[in-house]
Amino acid sequence: MTLLCQAPAALVGWPPWLEASVQHSSQFWMANMYSKGTKRKFYDSVDAATDNKAALYSRQRQSLLDMSLIKLQLCHMLVEPNMCRSVLIANTVRHIQEEMTHDGSWQLVTEAFGSSGPSDHLVATEVLCRSSALEQQGGGPKLYSVMGYDGCREEEVVTDEALCSVTFSGGAPSLLGTIDHCWDRAELRMAAVEDRVIKDSGSEVESGEGAKTVMGQVFGTFEIKNGAPGSDPALEELFSAVDASYYDLDTMLTSIQSTPKMGPYNLLDSMASSHGPTSNSSCRTDLSELDHIMEIIVGS
Amino acid sequence: SQFNLLLVMLFVTADIISTVEFNHSGELLATGDKGGRVVIFQQELESKNQPQCRGEYNVYSTFQSHEPEFDYLKSLEIEEKINKIRWLPQKNAAQFLLSTNDKTIKLWKISERDKRPEGYNLKEEDGRYRDPTTVTTLRVPVFQPMDLMVEASPRRVFANAHTYHINSISVNSDCETYLSADDLRINLWNLEITDRSFNIVDIKPVNMEELTEVITAAEFHPNQCNTFVYSSSKGTIRLCDMRASALCDQHSKLFEEPEDPSNRSFFSEIISSISDVKFSHSGRYMMTRDYLSVKIWDLNMESRPVETYQVHEYLRSKLCSLYENDCIFDKFECCWNGNDSVVMTGSYNNFFRMFDRGYRQDVTLEASRESSKPRSVLKPRKVCTGGKRKKDEISVDSLDFNKKILHTAWHPQDNIIAVATTNNLYIFQDKL
Repeated sequence: MTLLCQAPAALVGWPPWLEASVQHSSQFWMANMYSKGTKRKFYDSVDAATDNKAALYSRQRQSLLDMSLIKLQLCHMLVEPNMCRSVLIANTVRHIQEEMTHDGSWQLVTEAFGSSGPSDHLVATEVLCRSSALEQQGGGPKLYSVMGYDGCREEEVVTDEALCSVTFSGGAPSLLGTIDHCWDRAELRMAAVEDRVIKDSGSEVESGEGAKTVMGQVFGTFEIKNGAPGSDPALEELFSAVDASYYDLDTMLTSIQSTPKMGPYNLLDSMASSHGPTSNSSCRTDLSELDHIMEIIVGS
Repeated sequence: SQFNLLLVMLFVTADIISTVEFNHSGELLATGDKGGRVVIFQQELESKNQPQCRGEYNVYSTFQSHEPEFDYLKSLEIEEKINKIRWLPQKNAAQFLLSTNDKTIKLWKISERDKRPEGYNLKEEDGRYRDPTTVTTLRVPVFQPMDLMVEASPRRVFANAHTYHINSISVNSDCETYLSADDLRINLWNLEITDRSFNIVDIKPVNMEELTEVITAAEFHPNQCNTFVYSSSKGTIRLCDMRASALCDQHSKLFEEPEDPSNRSFFSEIISSISDVKFSHSGRYMMTRDYLSVKIWDLNMESRPVETYQVHEYLRSKLCSLYENDCIFDKFECCWNGNDSVVMTGSYNNFFRMFDRGYRQDVTLEASRESSKPRSVLKPRKVCTGGKRKKDEISVDSLDFNKKILHTAWHPQDNIIAVATTNNLYIFQDKL
């Protein structure tokens, strides 16, 4: 399977953490998607119009999926990401994946990326706003119902955003102004990932897996991250006695609330004595002591 | 139109306003901002010059409630932004409020000092100690009037009880307890006890990868101290009775409106997410705000709301763009007027909307310096959704989505409202 790729020049400007996290979390999902590569089919002119609409819808949906994945990745910032937002985006990703699996549109997706250039991505997004009867019907035909029930309206569908209740008189609405920027990135990221596609797993794609990895990636940040790389060596030493598997914030908080606070001199003594093989109970005590030590160190 | 509002006060704030709340008498108005500061405004007594002007508020007290912190275990900053302020009912001369950021709730005491003791025997007036051997007579110190000083002091700090970000606090009608809600859990506190709280709701799944729903808001019933509600990102509201069990994971009532199949899209769930829930003052109804609408629910009917008001239906066709620029995740609040006859909520372009439940009227007003000339009635605004744009109408495409009104508050008795734009606080009153 060959895909048209452009040199991802724009990725050079990205911060390394973003590039790495986007590729890491999407890699798995993308690999599964591309593992079902199929040859493009030649459509005769009778079906061309209808299939254009289907392809259009698929590209739209794919763009939405890309956008959603990027949003999830951009959550990794200095401040903890908004969980409600992350959950809603993750659910959107899940819905899209379920729909794509359900109507068997993996082939359409790969074709869309194989055949179109960048400009084809810059289409009106309002088409996606109404899926209307899409999820009520099963199988192939449901894509058509999204586009409209009257065959004569196919022209309107593309230019008029007629699927939505609002039609605007003309000109790109200001809302859509920033979308180009986002889509450029989405498409260039796709190109970069394609370069790094992992080998074909050969197995049936399960829609849940890719989503789960992404979710795990996102919601994993709400649990403890195992320390930032390159942290203070003194702190490293301090934490070295503690078994990292007990870095469960809930457990730690519970133990803090129940364990009475100790004075600083007691803490140092007990830290010295708890070096070596750690047991369940001493780890929990250690964690509450560590919290106390941290308070002392930072003078809070 | 029966909505005649005058702009009375306009405050420019140093930082983005993140919460606005009147106290129970309406005499005080508190705002919290992104920088962790609380500013309290006090209503001026009616002046003889302008007897009908009740909306004059002036700055009463300013203090730094929360400071930024750093969570070492997660290597993440904890923002100092004040998410919510809730006043306690007044019991004595001092005022008390709860303010919270993402992790820590604080009880603040705001008290006035307008007298100071003078005439100490052992101290000079400037505070220096007198040599006791020079004291030949004794006198009784007396209180002398001084310039009013308003002091804010932290009385309680309720910390370390929330793993996730606190979105709501609500004082119970018993005035002894309050709840705090984060994305996945709700805790019950006693106002006197800071080192312990009871977990009363926990929706965290065993495996975080299976997380699909979060808590978005929670509130105690205004009269029944055993009842509270919490809303979710899936558009449901659960009413819980604390008498039923210690852990209220099983709801007593579940309020959910069936989805309209003709309006389904990939964004259906996102726009159904409830951003705010507020009981009516009567306690009979509750109001929820989702992205496009405000719904009034009768607590006796779980199947659907009794009233639905469209805030900005013209945005339904823009959901994709609003998703792209993240506006679809904006959390708008809503509020009731004193007698529960009118509800209010914010929108974009510095617009806010009021819905009169009795007269079935609604209005769109704008909080901006350009459109609010002091003492002149606010002109209703209209958004043009298609076709020819009439004069004075604004088209959907011209709306400024950076100018959003998320926080509004209504005086508990009078028709005085506080509306917060990004960093302006507007106070409007009804023209009498």
